[in-house]
Amino acid sequence: MSKLKLEIVTAERVVYSEDVDVVVAPGIEGELGILPQHASLMTMLQPGELMVRQGGEEQSIFVSGGFLEVLADKVTVLADTAERAEEIDVARAEEAKTRAQQRLTMPSTDADHARVQAAMLRSLMRLKVAQRSRKRRREA
Amino acid sequence: MVPIRVIRRRIRSIQSTAKITKAMEMIAASKMRQAQNRVLAARPYAEKMRDVVAHLAVQTQLGEELHPLLQRRDAKRIAVIHITADRGLCGGLNANVNRMTADFIAEQSVPVTPVAVGRRGATFMSRYSEGVLAEFTQLGDRPSLLDTLPISRVVIDEYINGSIDQVHLAYTKFITTVNQQPVMQELLPIEPARAERAATVEYIYEPSALEVLEHLLPRYVEMQVYHAVLESIASEQSARMVAMRNATDSANEMIDELTLVLNKARQELITKELLDIAGGIIQG
Repeated sequence: MSKLKLEIVTAERVVYSEDVDVVVAPGIEGELGILPQHASLMTMLQPGELMVRQGGEEQSIFVSGGFLEVLADKVTVLADTAERAEEIDVARAEEAKTRAQQRLTMPSTDADHARVQAAMLRSLMRLKVAQRSRKRRREA
Repeated sequence: MVPIRVIRRRIRSIQSTAKITKAMEMIAASKMRQAQNRVLAARPYAEKMRDVVAHLAVQTQLGEELHPLLQRRDAKRIAVIHITADRGLCGGLNANVNRMTADFIAEQSVPVTPVAVGRRGATFMSRYSEGVLAEFTQLGDRPSLLDTLPISRVVIDEYINGSIDQVHLAYTKFITTVNQQPVMQELLPIEPARAERAATVEYIYEPSALEVLEHLLPRYVEMQVYHAVLESIASEQSARMVAMRNATDSANEMIDELTLVLNKARQELITKELLDIAGGIIQG
């Protein structure tokens, strides 16, 4: 079976670069699964979990948004920030979540509100990715 | 003749200077390696982005109105992002960028507003031109993309609301350890590169080509500013390393010369003393 070449890059480093079987990405218009032979595609991403299957193994990577390009069995993710599940600082994400929750209860302007909500979503997704991968490791 | 004590003291003082410059050289060398790695690590993202922007710009040109960041207007006011180091002791690095930007400003027929990044350039600009748009210092030796975002934000905002019509980027390009070049490049409006593969691929865009472009273009500008900052840091560190190596070398040379003088003086003193003794014996 043919493989997808997945590359996740941020402005600061290459986070992931390997041959994989399936990529499930958090597209702006919903989750999308990419298999080899996918049509050329360019989409924006929302903060969430990018799941990768490689052989029988699954791996989670958190992306905070960015762009994803599919081109001839090559998937390139231009992420704003990206962290492999094991790199996620759970304590910091937890903290960010509480902070965002507190700020949401306070009255604020619309722009502020949207920003805090975005921050909240990011920390929630970070935590989710971290938890899921830990669970997966326990089961394995 | 200079007393021996004074020469000894000078040698000691130069020795301690040499120790400091040697240490600074080594620190700069290790920071330079880090900075170079960062420049390299940022490259894949930058290249990919350039491709996509080139492709998208062609796609969305047809019929639709150009995105503001792609529109070229008559320049009534120009901004220059002027990137220097926070610290000196790095040869002519800061002076070169300062001179280049000053020349550039002098050549323009319209007013130029600088955005100063780095303390050295900020002090220079506050003296050289009135009305610095913004000043960013203390970015440190290893800024993240996040640290450089405010810089791009300022120029993008000012560009979109029409108070500036062109933005240039002045920084020091890292070429080799001994060669850094001050360069001036246009940042806004964005001039998409001519991509070879652009015309050949048809993408599906989600949500739409225009919307992807709208989000991508500011990112592209941010990326370029970040890249310029990284290049400047790599240049700063390598320039400092070379400057400090030269300083250490000349300190050692001075020590050698002074040691020679010292030995000569010592020898003369001994000869004189011997002569005195010999003279005493003969007389006695």
